[in-house]
Amino acid sequence: MKQILFPATLKELFGLMADLPESRIMAGGTDLLVALRTADGADRPLIALERLEELSALSVQPDGGVTIGACTTFSRIMTHPLLVGRYSILTQAAGTVGGPAVRNMATIGGNIATASPAGDSLPPLYLLAAAVEINAAAGTRMLPIDRFIRGPRKTLLQPGEIISRIILPPAEKWNLQRFEKVGRRKSLAIAVVSLAAMIRLEGNCVVEARLAWGSVGPTVLRCPAAEQALVGQPLSQESLAMAAGSLYETVQPIDDLRASAAYRRTVAGNLLMRLSD
Amino acid sequence: MSVRTLPAVTKKPVLFTLNGSTVETAVHDDRRVIDLLREDLGLTGSKEGCGTGECGACTILVNGQPKLACLMLVAQLAGREVETVEVLERTPDGQRLLTAFAEEGAVQCGYCTPGMEMASLALVRCGEALTREQIREGLSGNLCRCTGYVKIVDAVERTVKECAAP
Repeated sequence: MKQILFPATLKELFGLMADLPESRIMAGGTDLLVALRTADGADRPLIALERLEELSALSVQPDGGVTIGACTTFSRIMTHPLLVGRYSILTQAAGTVGGPAVRNMATIGGNIATASPAGDSLPPLYLLAAAVEINAAAGTRMLPIDRFIRGPRKTLLQPGEIISRIILPPAEKWNLQRFEKVGRRKSLAIAVVSLAAMIRLEGNCVVEARLAWGSVGPTVLRCPAAEQALVGQPLSQESLAMAAGSLYETVQPIDDLRASAAYRRTVAGNLLMRLSD
Repeated sequence: MSVRTLPAVTKKPVLFTLNGSTVETAVHDDRRVIDLLREDLGLTGSKEGCGTGECGACTILVNGQPKLACLMLVAQLAGREVETVEVLERTPDGQRLLTAFAEEGAVQCGYCTPGMEMASLALVRCGEALTREQIREGLSGNLCRCTGYVKIVDAVERTVKECAAP
């Protein structure tokens, strides 16, 4: 039996966190409540963030960027007018999380805090150069997402801190924004490999490519060599195969219950080939 | 509505609406919603499949949105409107859905049916003329292991059309 607390303001939240240092923080609960079925100390108090309105707001920044409250669900991210179109890479990825009911519960801040190598929102957030705003009673700090996430289920979040917002820089114009995911089935599947890609063309030629893979390493994998291999080339099966060649030298996936390392490596390269479809 | 709990209280009543009626329950806050429904309230329509958010059998509506009763705790329901499969026979849309599931042969073993029907109810209520592809997407979080998806989509497509007709 554990206590469950629903602070309505950040002030109340930090008061509870100070009074109950052993408590756990729950956002959507879709990862945490599964983990608690078998975790030790399952009776530690839970502090649920779901009624903190300030954590589920989206707003435009003075510079034109967008901030997303950490407790925004993936259903809202998929369809929010501030994100659809402009941050298509993120809305596409949001639409592949779990199934519709999971997306009505699971939050983007929770996905970041869980820091799974397979977290669907993570490759897009790396490509968008998103920053994570971290709040504590003492104040606020901000870290780029690729510094905040340190390894599988490891982040720089300290006791007494929560993720409060995700800050996206102003949307840029990309000719192609694509999120591709391969799992055991199309819905309700954890990514075996995922790829987020943003490509800018001038005429026929790639002038900038940003590529990030999920589930092929301890954290999201960027591959500058593969990105560079595309620059100056038309987006074709030939140039993508060259980029895949550079990827194979970088990528070090693992065997696990969902797929073998060899399969992951092959699929990571093959997903690139979909970009010229 | 915000709910404040005092840290000292361990078993406080939770007030919410269930299928249109107000319910006040004093089970432990951290009891799963699926257990509250089935064990405490005797509403055994909702099923537990995987218990980890991967099958959709326990889908219920909370404030009209499909959610999973196996991944929610009772305290989260405070002030919310909850609907379970038992609500279907009491509403015109629900009755059409039940009839369509029966007549289209959308039920085989029946275990996924309550969750499937609640996900479908949310689709029917959105009031849009959904395509089969949109219906499939709307039901993509509900697994059927008798592989009856085609007939399930048939039933939902029929209900969507019936409910859109004047």
